[in-house]
Amino acid sequence: MLSLDIERRLGDFRLAASFEAGEGVTALFGRSGAGKTSVINAIAGILRPDHGRIAINGEIVFDAARGIDVPTPKRRIGYVFQEGRLFPHLSVGQNLSYAGLFSRGMPASEFDRVVELLGLRSLLERRPGNLSGGEKQRVAIGRALLSSPRLLLLDEPLASLDAHRKSEVLQYIELIRDEVRVPIVYVSHAVEEVVRIADTVVLMSAGGVLGVGPAEDVMGRPDLRPGEGAFEGGAVIDAKVVGQDMEHDLATLAFEGGTLTATNVDALIGEPVRVRIRARDVSIALERPRRISIQNVLEGTIADVAAGSNGIVDVAIAVGAATVRSRVTRRAVEQLGLTKGLSVYALVKAVSLSRPGAA
Amino acid sequence: MFSLTAEEQEVLWLSLRVAFWSVFVSLPFAMAAAYVLARASFPGKTLFDALVHLPLVLPPVVVGYFLLLLFGRRGPIGEILDQWFGIVVAFRWTGAALAAGIMGFPLIVRAIRLSFETIDRKLEAAASTLGAGRAGVFLTVTLPLALPGLITGVLLSFARSLGEFGATITFVSNIPGETRTLPLAIYTYTQTPAGDAAALRLSAIAVLLSLAALYVSEVMVRRAARRVAGEDAVA
Repeated sequence: MLSLDIERRLGDFRLAASFEAGEGVTALFGRSGAGKTSVINAIAGILRPDHGRIAINGEIVFDAARGIDVPTPKRRIGYVFQEGRLFPHLSVGQNLSYAGLFSRGMPASEFDRVVELLGLRSLLERRPGNLSGGEKQRVAIGRALLSSPRLLLLDEPLASLDAHRKSEVLQYIELIRDEVRVPIVYVSHAVEEVVRIADTVVLMSAGGVLGVGPAEDVMGRPDLRPGEGAFEGGAVIDAKVVGQDMEHDLATLAFEGGTLTATNVDALIGEPVRVRIRARDVSIALERPRRISIQNVLEGTIADVAAGSNGIVDVAIAVGAATVRSRVTRRAVEQLGLTKGLSVYALVKAVSLSRPGAA
Repeated sequence: MFSLTAEEQEVLWLSLRVAFWSVFVSLPFAMAAAYVLARASFPGKTLFDALVHLPLVLPPVVVGYFLLLLFGRRGPIGEILDQWFGIVVAFRWTGAALAAGIMGFPLIVRAIRLSFETIDRKLEAAASTLGAGRAGVFLTVTLPLALPGLITGVLLSFARSLGEFGATITFVSNIPGETRTLPLAIYTYTQTPAGDAAALRLSAIAVLLSLAALYVSEVMVRRAARRVAGEDAVA
């Protein structure tokens, strides 16, 4: 689908990125200033790399060595900008059909489909100035989709939204991913968004790519430290909703290693969800504790003990086929004698588990 | 109560015609100059900027005199126009329009340039990702967003043209029915014994015209600004 290998120097900053992205959602993940937006600007043809090549669906749109540089309007890339960038002088409907001015028209059926999909029918006559942040981003997504793109680029589309709107727009993006089947490159520095939506994650830092892989693997890396620099490492687990306790507002999730009780899961029974268990939220016990408030007691075997800096140790616990990570002190490791192969119980508070991106 | 004499009507009509054509013809050039000044960077840009603004600071008589030298029948440009195209502007109302257009040029360029400069260029980048080429971006995004400045510029230079005196009288003289626009007619009456009443009437017309132009400009700019700001139309 997308294959990219580029270099670009911007003052002291050197961008050197190389990765391939296939079907579904590829997240470019990293803290601000990692070069994520530069990468998608290069894909869109807004930023010109010094070296390298970019191919979309096998078509080379940029190749420095061969002097190929397809101009932006001809690349057929849908771009949803962080601030929406709706045209203020046009109505929502005119914004949506804008791309039709420069192609051989826009089929009404296509227009209607996108309008229905994104729930934009009631907004068509409105002007962008008075839309809420969430509405603006929905229109921006619709406008990009209606340019019949080969690839959809989303640059932190939720950055300027409050928690509730974030969740709403995220649901629409999931809908696009599942219904329209256009490959998406999603730029974000928010762990929750990436965990929830990405199939593949490209981990970026200081202009380079640290790692590429399936979201469960990359987002479960113990050395993951996004934006704020806090310890954010943990495990990402794919699960399915199997029960909802309406009375207590709790959901039961089944995963490869058993079941989990979680709060705040905004999903129906049978729906797949991906949860992230931060390593700092997981405690370890040698025997099954009784009379304790913790709702999730997972039986497992220690798969790895990795000593970090500052007296902190990361313990990987195999629970069935899944892996849960726990971050504990070195003293705790010594007191309990935690070593590889030991049977332990991983304790996870239900309140620390919620579906990423849910308000 | 306030009916115009045939002569007053003629003066008024001529003035409006001269002002209209001066703006109409200079507008494309002004837009091009404004775009270049707002967007391009090239050696000699400062000089170009100064040349565009020259009519604003030069004595109008000097502009009129240069026009006479260049566009007179014996002038280098005037001769070509006359021999090749049969166009004569010297001592014609078209010459008055030319003089007015050149005097109003800096005003219209300034207003449009300011508008171009305040446009968020990120919107233009967004348009290009949606398939718009350079011309498409200009016509569908840049120009509509520059509309308030465009209207301001057009009405400013229109009003300036209605009031043009020095360059006009120097270049095309003061010929009744051909080049005697409103200011020239008023001047003529003030130089005529017992012309006070007529001068006063024409002055009143000038005041009304200017007020009307300012009012229309204000209303249109406000409407365009609301549109450009992306607000819903007020019912």
